Amino acid sequence: MQTIIQGKVFKFGDNINSDVIIPGRYLIYIDPEHLSQHAFEVLGDDFPIKLRNYQILVAGRNFGCGSAREQASTAIRGLGINAVVATSFSRTFYRNAINDGLPIIECPDLHTAVEEGDDLRIDLDQALIFHRDQHYSFPRLPDSVRGILEMGGLAAYLKTQLSA
Amino acid sequence: MGMTIAQKILSAKAGLSTVGAGEIVEAYPDLVMSHTATWRSVSVMNKIGATRLFDSERLAIVLDHISPAKSEKNAADQQVSRAFARKYGIRKFFDIDAGIAHLVLMEAGHVAPGNLIVGTDSHCTIYGSLGALGTGIGYTEVASVWLTGKLWMKVPETFQIVLSGEFQPGVFSKDLMLHLIGTLGADGCNYKSVEFCGNSVGGLSISERMTMTNLAMEMGVKCAFFPPDAKTLEYLKDRLEDTSRYHPVYADTDAVYEKRLEVDLARLEPMIACPHEVQNTKPIGQIVGKRVDQLFLGSCANAKYEDLQIAAQILKGRHIHPSVRLIITPGSKNILMEAADSGVFKTLLEAGGLFTNPGCGACAGDGGTLTDGEVCLSTANRNFVGRMGSSKAEIYLCSPATLAASAIQGVVSDPREFFQVS
Repeated sequence: MQTIIQGKVFKFGDNINSDVIIPGRYLIYIDPEHLSQHAFEVLGDDFPIKLRNYQILVAGRNFGCGSAREQASTAIRGLGINAVVATSFSRTFYRNAINDGLPIIECPDLHTAVEEGDDLRIDLDQALIFHRDQHYSFPRLPDSVRGILEMGGLAAYLKTQLSA
Repeated sequence: MGMTIAQKILSAKAGLSTVGAGEIVEAYPDLVMSHTATWRSVSVMNKIGATRLFDSERLAIVLDHISPAKSEKNAADQQVSRAFARKYGIRKFFDIDAGIAHLVLMEAGHVAPGNLIVGTDSHCTIYGSLGALGTGIGYTEVASVWLTGKLWMKVPETFQIVLSGEFQPGVFSKDLMLHLIGTLGADGCNYKSVEFCGNSVGGLSISERMTMTNLAMEMGVKCAFFPPDAKTLEYLKDRLEDTSRYHPVYADTDAVYEKRLEVDLARLEPMIACPHEVQNTKPIGQIVGKRVDQLFLGSCANAKYEDLQIAAQILKGRHIHPSVRLIITPGSKNILMEAADSGVFKTLLEAGGLFTNPGCGACAGDGGTLTDGEVCLSTANRNFVGRMGSSKAEIYLCSPATLAASAIQGVVSDPREFFQVS
C-alpha cells in the first residue's frame, strides 16, 4: 500500500449518503470501472467525469451514511480517489472502506481549512496531513485493522490467511 | 463494573468475561445474513479460491431486494445465490417469494435474544427488537464471516433512551423515531448502542419495537435494543426452533451509559421526514396540504401486519383520492397471508390499493419509480435523493396512519382526525 498519498482535494459537506455516492440501481456491479461512471451522478451528470481530476476527498461529518453498500467505497476508488478524509464517517462506510482497500482518515480540523483544488499530502506512516504550511495529525487505525488496509483490503488479506 | 447489553453480547461472542467500550474484540456471530447481495459474497469466495464454510448453519440467505428478477442480470445473480445455497446445504434459504429478509428471519425463529447477527443490510439493527445485537456489514466481510466465522468489532458506548407516557391517538412509533432522528441528527448516535427503556416499553408491541430499532439506524447506531420481556417471549415461543436458545441479555444495574435521554410519548405528534434526508423532520401541521402523487405502504420499517391493519382501519369503507396511487407491499408472505385471512387485504384492495409481492419493492427502487417533479409519501426508512427514481422527485416519510389519511385526501393529512374519541 502507498503510504504517501498526494493530490488535489474535492470538498464535500456533511451527511454525504450512500445513495448519493452510488444509487441502488448500480449495485448490480461490483467493479470499480462500472461503478465510478455513476458515482455522485445524482449531484449532476458531470460529477463522475469531473471528480476524476481530484485524488483526495475531504468531507464533513458522517460521510457515507445510510446503506451498508460496499460499492460506495469501490465507486470512489474507481474515480481514482486515493483517500477520503472526513470530520467523521458512518460506521458502515468506515468499515467497508478498510475492507475495500481505500484509506480513510478522521481529521475534524482539516475540513474548514481546505478549499477545492488545494494540494494535500498525507503520510500514513507518520499519521500526518500536510496542507499549505500547516500539518494535522490523525489517529492511526488499530493494528488489528491496519493490516487489512495495508494488504489492499479484506479479500487479499483473507487469501493470505487461508493459504497460511 | 457493570456492562450494557452490547458489552455483554460482544464479550460472550468473543469468549471474554468482560469488555469495555472502545475495546476491539474478535466476535463470532450466531447468524450471518445476506440478501439479494449474496451473489457478490459468492464472487469474493470464488476470487480467493476458498471452498470451506466455517459453519453452514450460521448462514441465512433471503432474496428480497429485486424480487422477482427484473433483468437477465438479476436472474443470473439469483441463480448464483440458489446454486450456492444448494451446494452448501444452506437450510435458512428463502427465495424471491418469502419477503423482506429481516421480517422473514424473525418470523422463522432465526433471531433469538442474546444473538449476534451481522448481514449485508444496515437495517439489521431491527433484530434488537427481539434483544439481539444486529449490525450491517459489506458483502466482502460477509464472505469473510462465512469462511472464518468471525469479525473484528469495536465495543460501542451506549445511550439510554427512557420512554414514559403513552402515545396520543393517531401517534405511533414511527413518529417517535422521526422525532428522535430530527432532534439528534443523522449522526446523533453514530457508532453507539441504544437501549430503549422506561415505563412505556412494556406497552409497545413487538411490531412497534421493530419499527423503532429499524429506524434507529437513521441516527447512525451500531445497534439498538429493547430488553426482552413477556411480549418477546410470546412472539418467540411458537417460532424459535429450539426454545433453549432463549437467553435474554439485560444490562447490569451498574452499567455505564454515555448519555441518557428522556421522551414523554404523550407529547409527541405525527411527524414527517422531508426531502432529502431522514433528519429533515417537521411536525405534520407544517406539511398538511402538500400534494402527493404516489403513496407507498411498505418496507422493513412499516409493512408488518399491524401496519397494514392500521392503514386498513382508516381506509375501511373509504377510497383513495382519484389523483393518487397507493402501492402496498406487504413485508412478507406470512403478513400477506394474515391480511388475506383477516379481511385487511380486501379492505385495502377495495380502497384502491395496488398490491405488489412481499419484498423490499419501491423502497429500494424496485417498482413504483418516480419521474421528475413527482412526490411520494412513504412508510419506508429513507428518503435520499434519487432513491425511488428521478433525482428531481421528492420522498416524504411518515407512519402508516399518516399515509392512509393522506391517501384519502390526496394531500399530506393529519391522521388524528381518524382517531377522535366520539
